[in-house]
Amino acid sequence: MTALDPLRLTARVAKRLLVDGEISSAELTKVYLDQIAAVEPRVRAYIRVTYDNAAKYSTKVDREMQAMRGPLAGLPIAIKDNMVTEGVTTTCASRILHDYMPVYTATAVRQVWDRHVVMLGKTNLDEFAMGSSTENSSYQTTHNPWDLATVPGGSSGGSAAAVAAGEALWALGSDTGGSIRQPAALCGIVGMKPTYGAVSRYGLVAFASSLDQIGPLTRSVYDCALLLQHIVGHDPNDATSVALPEPVALPSAERLDGLRVGIPAEYLAVGIEPGVRARFDETIARIEEMGGTCVEISLPHTEYALPAYYIIAPAEASANLARFDGVRYGHRCADPVDLLDMYERTRSEGFGPEVKRRIMIGTYALSAGYYDANYGRAQKVRTLVRRDFARAIAAVDLIASPTTPSVAFKAGSRTADPLSMYMCDICTIPVNLAGLPAISIPCGLSDGLPVGFQLIGPAFSENRILQAAHALEGAIGFAPAPTFCDSGVVAAAGERTEARA
Amino acid sequence: MNSHRRPAIERGAEGAPLCAWEPVIGLEMHVELDTRTKMFCACEVTKGDAPNTHTCPKCLAHPGALPVVNQRAIEYAARIALALNCSVRPRNIFHRKNYFYPDLPKAYQISQYDEPLAVEGWFDYWVDDEKLRCRINRVHMEEDAAKLVHAGGDAGRIAGSDYSMVDFNRGGTPLIEIVSEPDIPSPEAAREFLQQLRNLVIELGVSACNMEEGQIRWDANVSVRPEGSSDLGTRTELKNMNSFRYLQQALDAEIPRQIEVIEAGGKIDLETLHFDPDTGTTTPLRSKEEAHDYRYFPEPDLVPLVIDRAWVEELRATQPELPAARVERFASQYGLSRADALVLGSAHALAAFYEEVVSLGVGAKPAANWTMGEYLAHLNAAGLEAGHGHVTAERLAKLVKLVADGTISTSSGKDVFARMISERAEPEEIVEKHGLGQISDTSELEDAVARVVADNAAQVEQYRGGKQQVLGFLVGQVMKATGGRANPQVVSELLRTALDG
Repeated sequence: MTALDPLRLTARVAKRLLVDGEISSAELTKVYLDQIAAVEPRVRAYIRVTYDNAAKYSTKVDREMQAMRGPLAGLPIAIKDNMVTEGVTTTCASRILHDYMPVYTATAVRQVWDRHVVMLGKTNLDEFAMGSSTENSSYQTTHNPWDLATVPGGSSGGSAAAVAAGEALWALGSDTGGSIRQPAALCGIVGMKPTYGAVSRYGLVAFASSLDQIGPLTRSVYDCALLLQHIVGHDPNDATSVALPEPVALPSAERLDGLRVGIPAEYLAVGIEPGVRARFDETIARIEEMGGTCVEISLPHTEYALPAYYIIAPAEASANLARFDGVRYGHRCADPVDLLDMYERTRSEGFGPEVKRRIMIGTYALSAGYYDANYGRAQKVRTLVRRDFARAIAAVDLIASPTTPSVAFKAGSRTADPLSMYMCDICTIPVNLAGLPAISIPCGLSDGLPVGFQLIGPAFSENRILQAAHALEGAIGFAPAPTFCDSGVVAAAGERTEARA
Repeated sequence: MNSHRRPAIERGAEGAPLCAWEPVIGLEMHVELDTRTKMFCACEVTKGDAPNTHTCPKCLAHPGALPVVNQRAIEYAARIALALNCSVRPRNIFHRKNYFYPDLPKAYQISQYDEPLAVEGWFDYWVDDEKLRCRINRVHMEEDAAKLVHAGGDAGRIAGSDYSMVDFNRGGTPLIEIVSEPDIPSPEAAREFLQQLRNLVIELGVSACNMEEGQIRWDANVSVRPEGSSDLGTRTELKNMNSFRYLQQALDAEIPRQIEVIEAGGKIDLETLHFDPDTGTTTPLRSKEEAHDYRYFPEPDLVPLVIDRAWVEELRATQPELPAARVERFASQYGLSRADALVLGSAHALAAFYEEVVSLGVGAKPAANWTMGEYLAHLNAAGLEAGHGHVTAERLAKLVKLVADGTISTSSGKDVFARMISERAEPEEIVEKHGLGQISDTSELEDAVARVVADNAAQVEQYRGGKQQVLGFLVGQVMKATGGRANPQVVSELLRTALDG
């Protein structure tokens, strides 16, 4: 067996090694479990590592190779801990679901399990996927392997950090306002949010039902397509899921001839860091070198997207999270004196501050007398944002923007100011409001930290996006790997010492 | 439009009427549908099974579970809507109705709000011989709550109980809400409306409307206004009337209460009142301050329901014969009076029973008389539903035929009917066993006739003197002497022969 570098290995290569018999699934899995043992104390990407299951299952895949084959068989994966997994706790990084054992498995997870992937564990997130730094986890803060003092982004920060740190070959995350693309950008990997409805939400613990979408976090665009292929499709358990009009193809494009790319002026007017802007401009120049044409476009309602999102998402969340009431499962307060006492203490003990904030905002936005001015108007803005995209997309093939206005920021630097945290998602949120597919790929470094480049397409244009992103990825040739350094400003002292190793 | 009025209630000091008042009543009904499975999951709808044996992640609201609409429930709801002459809306949506209670696992009920299944219909019903029309505001779909069982303390009531248990078997049962306009002019009319509407739903085969199992439940809205006025007064909402009788009693109590308040210079509060069947009074259930804000918003987990016009027409074409049409048919086809046709044709089970008796070769009129007379009295006394119990249509038909062909007299027939129930035997066996057969044989009757003529010399003299009506008395004497078994026609002929000859 060749020595494998988990910081560089892609699923595409790993699969070839498995098929060629150069490595077994057990050995491949061990590469990741060893890397977890080595770096997890510093990265803290996982809420639960399923060591035994991973070791046993990978051995089983090796033994029953004939029965258990297929394009994903034997490849290890990490799953964001807001997708329910029968027999493996699912916490949503919340105390209210501490030790919650699901009785069924999310459709997207079931699909990869059925194809004999090896689950390495469940990854950290902002509580109930509410956040942009994974600092809102009730259990632990995940550190960005590019600089342990910075955040990995969020809310799929655990999945992104695990892939970036070589603790997973690839991972599943969920994206409500940028929760796959933003951490992928900050961790220097590929992350894709498919068209709303392309992947079943059944078993994804709901944050904002009309915005949530599961998608892949991977080391390459090819891997992204490979994983996406197997999780899309109509699910009879999710009334909002739809079959893609064409199957997801594995990308092979090397040129961008004839591709028209629109650059929304409004996205570049939101305080993009100079380093991010520079990488973005270079990438745009590269698109033109590769045969594409880039034009400025306008998405005039962009400035209203963020406020509309912060009405709609909390409104839906306030209802979605109401089921955590201490009656049937999850945390229940000790010795309640009556029903109201049980509800109030269970929920005030179980939820963290950001979740409470959003439940309160959402409850307020839906209240009698405030509905029209809040939720009603936000839905109108949503329609306008959707229309913006529809108009713009008529003239171009894809839309490009930086994924985030900045690179990874220091842990703790934005937690006191929710609005600055919300601004992380200014370029990603409108995409969720419009239900469109988008990908983030690494396009270089700024101050040693990765910069993400976002490509947005019309509904069900996954293949167009993947082909273009694949070609661009090849041209960019993003090569650096995270160093696990620690610029150590805000992180805890103990972790800083350890991180120097 | 409605000429049926409760006599206007006149009140005033020393009998001088200040003003005549009339009540205005509207009803809101909930009907559980008899679909095989629940509204939003595949769990079976059952009655009487062990608690919590028909549950799944969806109807227990486990994290990540999503609703899927039961198509059959939509069909059933549409059938009700069509029978109530409503327009079925081509596009309707589900809303979330948010509130916390242990019988509501999601902490929101999926219901319909401003875009319901069907609107603007009417229902014609009879009070005595008068046909009244009540407009129907809307018919919408929702899901039932689970059942709470209060243990310990006082007979299953929440007050004073030690703890409460939740049975989720009922949770998620398809529920239809029918809201009438305030067109009902009296408590008696309200009761008739409700009974006849229940018959209609049963006729459609979409719910058995079993009252004990709470398959049909209702609230009433009531206000009063000066007679002849077209304004609506402030209404109160009455709850906890789980029998038709209680509905009438509650309204009979509430209407004078409102009049009294208004005449004393007070105002009616818009509030919910609880009817106490023990005291026959209504008391406030909750005050306005505690009124729920349900924070309705469109259910993002379900797509808008698009109703195909052709499908609606197909349903319309396959509706069963409804009670109103059947009453008309009974009157014309069987030559029954309107009153008799109403008694026999209004309810499915009795109508079916009657038609079966007729189909077994019994004349329509005697069949009607026996069904409405002895049989209906028996059902009421025994608390049975038509078609149940020992007296089947076949047995009643045999009995009526025995009377019709002169085997037994009408009075013996009534005796045989009673014995059919007490002895659980066939009518011909009873006639045989108790010797109830009618005596038509002249040789058997001649002795008795001769004795009566001999014993009643005075009457015989009167008859012969031209007082023909005395014959009746003499026939009666012969009947008496034969224990009622003599064929009265044969007896009168024999008497005439003896006296005239």
